[in-house]
Parts: sequence; C-alpha cells; structure tokens
Amino acid sequence: MTVRKDELGGPGAPSEQETGRRSALRLLGHGVSFVGAQNLGLLAALAVLVTIIRVQSPYIFLTSNLLNIGSAISVLGVLAIVQTVVIISGGLDISVGSAAGLTSVITATALVHVNDLGFGLFAGLGIGLAAGTFNGIVITFGRVNPVIATLATFSGFRGAAELTTNGNSVGVTNSSFNYLGSGRIAGVPVPFVILVGVALVFFVALRYTDIGRNVYALGGNPTAARLAGINVTRYKLGVYMVSGLMAGLAGILLTARTTSGQPISGSQGLELASITAALLGGAALNGGKGTIVGAFLGVTILGVLENGLTLLNVSSFYQDVARGGLLVAAVILQEFNLSGLRLRRGAAAGTGLVGAKQVE
Amino acid sequence: MTTSGEPAGAGGGSPLLELIGISKAFPNVQALDDVTLDLRGGEVLALVGENGAGKSTLLRILEGDYHPDEGELRLRGEKRSFASPREARALGVRVVSQEPEIVPDVSVAENIFVGELPRRLGRFFDRRALLRQTRGLLERFGFATDLDPGASGRSLNAAQRQLVEILRALRPGVSVIAFDEPTSSLTAQEADRLFGIVRRLADDGVAVVYVSHRMREVLHLADRIAILRDGKLIAVREAGATSEPDLVRLMVGREISAFFERHHAEDHVAEEAILRVQGISDELLRDVSLELYRGEVVGLAGLVGAGRTELAKALFGERRIERGRILVDGKEVRIRSPRDAIRAGLAFAPEDRKAEALVLVRSVRENVSLAILDRIRRFRFIRGRQETAIVSGLVQSLRVKTPSIAQEVGKLSGGNQQKVVLARWLARHPRVLILDEPTRGIDVGAKAEVYTLVRRLASDGVAVLFISSELPEILGISDRILVMKAGRITGELPGEGTTEEEVLSLAMVEAP
Repeated sequence: MTVRKDELGGPGAPSEQETGRRSALRLLGHGVSFVGAQNLGLLAALAVLVTIIRVQSPYIFLTSNLLNIGSAISVLGVLAIVQTVVIISGGLDISVGSAAGLTSVITATALVHVNDLGFGLFAGLGIGLAAGTFNGIVITFGRVNPVIATLATFSGFRGAAELTTNGNSVGVTNSSFNYLGSGRIAGVPVPFVILVGVALVFFVALRYTDIGRNVYALGGNPTAARLAGINVTRYKLGVYMVSGLMAGLAGILLTARTTSGQPISGSQGLELASITAALLGGAALNGGKGTIVGAFLGVTILGVLENGLTLLNVSSFYQDVARGGLLVAAVILQEFNLSGLRLRRGAAAGTGLVGAKQVE
Repeated sequence: MTTSGEPAGAGGGSPLLELIGISKAFPNVQALDDVTLDLRGGEVLALVGENGAGKSTLLRILEGDYHPDEGELRLRGEKRSFASPREARALGVRVVSQEPEIVPDVSVAENIFVGELPRRLGRFFDRRALLRQTRGLLERFGFATDLDPGASGRSLNAAQRQLVEILRALRPGVSVIAFDEPTSSLTAQEADRLFGIVRRLADDGVAVVYVSHRMREVLHLADRIAILRDGKLIAVREAGATSEPDLVRLMVGREISAFFERHHAEDHVAEEAILRVQGISDELLRDVSLELYRGEVVGLAGLVGAGRTELAKALFGERRIERGRILVDGKEVRIRSPRDAIRAGLAFAPEDRKAEALVLVRSVRENVSLAILDRIRRFRFIRGRQETAIVSGLVQSLRVKTPSIAQEVGKLSGGNQQKVVLARWLARHPRVLILDEPTRGIDVGAKAEVYTLVRRLASDGVAVLFISSELPEILGISDRILVMKAGRITGELPGEGTTEEEVLSLAMVEAP
C-alpha cells in the first residue's frame, strides 16, 4: 500500500479515523493513476465538449450515435496509438496514412485474387509490416531523420498505392472480411472492439513491460539509453516496424468499413490527424512522454467533435478549423495544467517516502 | 536574522546592492528564508552552501528571473523591483551562468555581443567593428590565445563556452557581477586567469558575487564569505578569519571526515585482476594497459583532454578500439557496445550526467531500474513490487532527496541526480565501476557521501576506476593513481603519501 502511494504521489493522509473517506480517496487515487493526472484535463475537455453538443442536439447520447462515433474513430484510433508510441520513442511517422492506403488497395486486390479472409489479413498486415520495416531501416541504418524518411515514404507509399490499381478503388465482396468493418459483437461495432484491443495491448506494453520502459528511455535520452545497455538500433527499428504493422491494420479496417480498397480517399490526412490526436493526448515531440490513455482520449475528442459538428449541421470546412483550434488550445492548456498539477503534486508528495514510512 | 550583526567588511565601502529580508518559497521548499545581505563595490563576496541551500535562487533573483515573495532589493540605496532580466541588466547587474547558452552556428564574436551587435546604417550590423571590439575585449582580459573571434559557437569546448559567457557580462556600466561556479569546467591555468579577471573587476569598483563549491578557491579569492544552508543565511565570515573545515562545518551543519581506510597494493599480488586491459589504442588512446583488482579504488588523473574519458568510453564499448584486448577475470571479452560491457560486469557513470546518463523527463524509479529490467522481469513484465523495493531501498540508503520515486529526475538537484545515476549501477551489482568526474557540480555534503559510497563498494569487492580532475579528491580516495597524458598512461603512483605535485608532473610530462 505504501508502494502504491509512492507511485501516485497521492494525498498522503496518515492516521485519520475516517477510513471510509480514505479508501474512497485511495480509489480515486488509483483511478487518477490509471488515467494519468495529466489526462484529467482531457477528460474535462471531453465532458465540456459533450455538454455543449448535448445542449444543441439531443442525438449525441443516442446509443446508435455513440456506437457510430466508436466505429468512426477506430481507424484513426489505431494510428494515433501507434503514432504515440513512435513519438514517445523520439521519432515521428508521417507515412502511416499512406501505408494504410497502400495496405487497403493491396488487401482488396489480394482478396479479388484469393477470396479468403486469412489471405487478405496476411497480405494487409504483411504489407504494413514491410512498409514499416523499410522506414525503420532507412532511419536506423541509413541514419536519416525520421521526419525526412517518413515524409519520403509518405509520398512513395501513396504513389505505390495508386500504381497498384491505377488510381482506382477495388471492391471487396468477402463477407467475413467486411464483417470486420460493419459487424457487431454484443452490439458493439467490430472496428471499435479491435481499437480497444489494440489500445489495451499497447497500454500494457508501455506501462508494465521492460519494452515500454526502454521505449520511453530511448525517446527521453538516446545516449543514456544506450549507456544503460539498451540496444537502441533494435528498438528504433522495432518501433517503426510496429508502426507499419498497425498502419496495415488500419488499412484493413478502412477497407472493411468501406468494402473497397482505396488508394487515397479514406486514408488521406490520417497521418496528420494521428499526430494531432497523439499531441492532443499529451505526447511530447521531444520524446519520452506520452500515454496510450491520452491518445485514446485525444482520438475520442476528435471523434466527438466531428460527430457533434455534423449533428449540428456545421460545414466540414469549419470542422477542420475547429480541430486546429482544439489542438492549439489543448496544448496551451496542458502546459498550464501540468505546471499547476506539478505544484500540487509536489506539495502533496512531501509526504511521499517519508510519510509512507510513518504509515507502516 | 542570525547575521545582521556581522561587522562591516574590510572593503568598507558603502553597500552597492542590498538584499533585505528576502524570502522565496516554492511548493514543498522554502528556497530562501529572510536573507539579508549587502554587496559592496570593490569587494568579492563568495556565496557557499550545499546544493539546494538557496544559492541559485538568490542568483535568479539578482538576474530578475525570480521575484522574492518578501523583502526588497536596493541598488545604491534606491529600492528597485528587478522585475525582469532586462531590467536587471539595465541596472548593471549581470549573472554569469554555469551552463552558458551558446548559439552553435554563429561566431564567437556574435555570441559575445548577442543582443548588442554594433550597427551602422540603421539595422545593418558592422562585422568589422564587431571583430575589433571582440579582439579588444579578449586582449584586455588576456584571452586572445584562447578564443578565436571568428570561430563558430559549435566548435567551442566547455572552457571556451564559459569564457564566452564571462565576456558577455564584462560590459561598460556593469556594477554587480555574479559568477555561478565559473571554474567547474576550466583548467587550472584558465581558472587562474579567471581569478585575475575577478580581482580586476573588484578593483574597478564592481561588486562581485562568487558562487563556488571549491573552498580553496573561495578562501583565496573572496573578501567575505556568506554561508547559506536550507535557504537561511547561516553566517558571513571574513575570508581571513575562517578556514576550509570551518566553512564546511557551517555549510553542512556537521563534521565531515575526508579520510578513508585504504586498501594495500600488496594484498592482491596473487589474485587475478578483475579487469585487465592490454595495449588498447584508437585515434586518441596510445597503447593503454592497466589492471583493476578486486576491492580497490584506482584514481585516473590527468589534464583535460588527456584521454581519460575516452579510455572509460573505450572500456565501456562506447568508443571503437583499434587494437588491444580487454580481459575480465582472465578471460578475453569482446566489448563492442555498452550492452556487452554491462554483460561483462562493467558499469559506467559518465561525466555529463544530464546529457549521457539520465532520462530527465522520466521518474526516479524508471531511471534507477533502467539497467536491471532484464533481471526483474518475468515474461517481459516488470515485477512492480520488486522494482519498488529495490528503488526505494537505494533511494533511502543513498539518501536521495526526492519527494517520491515517481518524481521526474530533471527536477532533482545535481547531487541527487548523481546519486540516481549511482543507484542505477549499484542496483546492477557490477564487478567494475567506472566513475567519470562523479563529484562535478555537486555540493560538499553529497561529495562526502559519494566518497563513502565508493569506499564501501570497494570493501564489498567492486573494482572502482575513479576519474577526476580534482587532485585532492583523487589523492584522498585512491589506493593507486594512474596518470594519463596525451592518450598514454604516463605513470602509476601509490594513493598514500603522494603529493599533488607528483601527479601533476606526470600529467604534464612531455610525451617521449
């Protein structure tokens, strides 16, 4: 118990009778720790956003609408999560959207030739992984700055996607594949289930495994990471491979949702949207900082914003403006919020180690 | 207010700048607590204290960067707000930073005159006047051979960067200059010239504030010495009326022993060396051989640039060696990366802990456990309890001052950051520990703790290679001393009974 308190830096309250209140506080503390104190602002922003939309339109809370949002954010969500990992590692992957587009047309084309779910998935994920591996090799062994490398493949993958089908879209008729896009599990859209699954895997990996720790260390200070015995090259390569793999998954979801392989439409702009969501979620471009919960909330906010503005019949041109405004506002607020929280946590933390010992 | 009764200093001049009842609090810490101090023109006032004593906060207030919660500043008797760095500068108050900001892609001259470039014809800047002024400045203070006005900021070493920062402050109209540990990256000769500058500024009537951890320097240079501890002004002493032990006692609030039980060289005649290095060479190192035995501390001395850090990095796989062999326990090991070195039982705490050792944006916990994750995981999952137990244990036994192990390392003081680096390697239980300037920039109290720790590790059987530029430290802690010069080991001396002169003469011998 003392252990947890250290971690939380939560309210250290020695010897009080109101055990009930304390356990409630502790529960709250656990909740805060799970979400991450820095993400509380995001939750608040989401609440405000939902409230504003609710006042204008009653439809936001309809189950069907909520499920719609869940399904709509799944493609971007997968990319935002992996983009967060790349940003934590101190890099950036601008090619994820193009890689998703490439995956989309190749998966669709593969399914046209061999109408089998497994083969389609294999082709899609394989192409994504190959794209990511290429990025990783250029960045690690070619020693190219990740922004430049993935800017190049951003263009390259897109071109390859268009070349594959001569710029056309390819219809997919495999119903089990399309189930991935439009099916429901216990009423919940399959894409959203997949997104939650992906989020959970990355959450656990970043938070509870040595791999996650090493990724944070790599992004926070690559020299220190190397001198602490981390194989920096392998980790960097791995991060971009995983990024490609998840871009492949996003491409598959995209294909299944639209039942067609799309070289560009559908995936265009996803790279910047994923970066937006990651930054909204508190990832720092300097590396070493960022959380999956943050990324998830970031994507949710973007999804709710888009949905709400659509419900309110606002032109999509304004939606773009709103998204930009939101990012700027969020990042500025996070700066304030963080420094505020830091102060309070610092004050409470005075009881940290010492206080914890007293409790024992 | 323990000190207001101190007699006026030998300089005797009227106070140029008065700090009256200055207090400044941060969450969880009272950085300054009712400090009253006067700075007099023509006088060098040294400011000493452990890290976290409030010296930096005081400098930041002088700089106009922080504003006191209580108290006021009076310049020549007039109350001034010091509301911004710009205002502080306009009042003639300058602080020479310990870690100067140097623009890498412009010249030394532009770096010195940044913000005040000579201009003509409106906004066009006058390169010739700039170079002329820079040369004049360099010659006036005797640094003409150390700095090329046209060299780019990127090409400067630590000492040169410090010089640029000092020269920035030497402007006409300056009335108060504060130096924040200016000699920590300077060689002895450079430091001597700096002392010359400091004296000269004082002779010109400037009030000099001099912050340093080096007691000898302070005693040699200052007229008065102000001692801070935990934000309070403990005492102000005349330099002539105090001594090193006296100052240390005031700073720390307790006595510190500088004597250690040493190991004796003959103990390990029959033993196999833990680490045996045979004739390693690269572009800088020349045929370096050495042995480290169980339980000894070997000091590695030499001037800046002698190749000590390079040797450490070569041993640790961070530099490629061209020739030579490294043997651990008599068996040759191939060390091609730090990872290999760690596997072979080596550990290395580099000189620049912020740039090379610490992940500043991550927690104490994550920094301490970084090198042992492979030992405390199960199916790649970190055993949280075991990790907490190890980290908390080390944090307590090394007395790392941190509110919790979740604290970001970047927010700790220098000494505590260094302890985090040491904790990382202690957790690993290495056989050989290489420490590169482990006490640079940390306060006397933390230094003493590092020494005790090093000796304790040695008595537990670890072989320690201790690199330092501070000779008293090397002489005080080492069982044996190796001296390097120009990439070679020029000699070995016993730790006991060796004088600084003997070490220096080996460090400066002409290469054969």
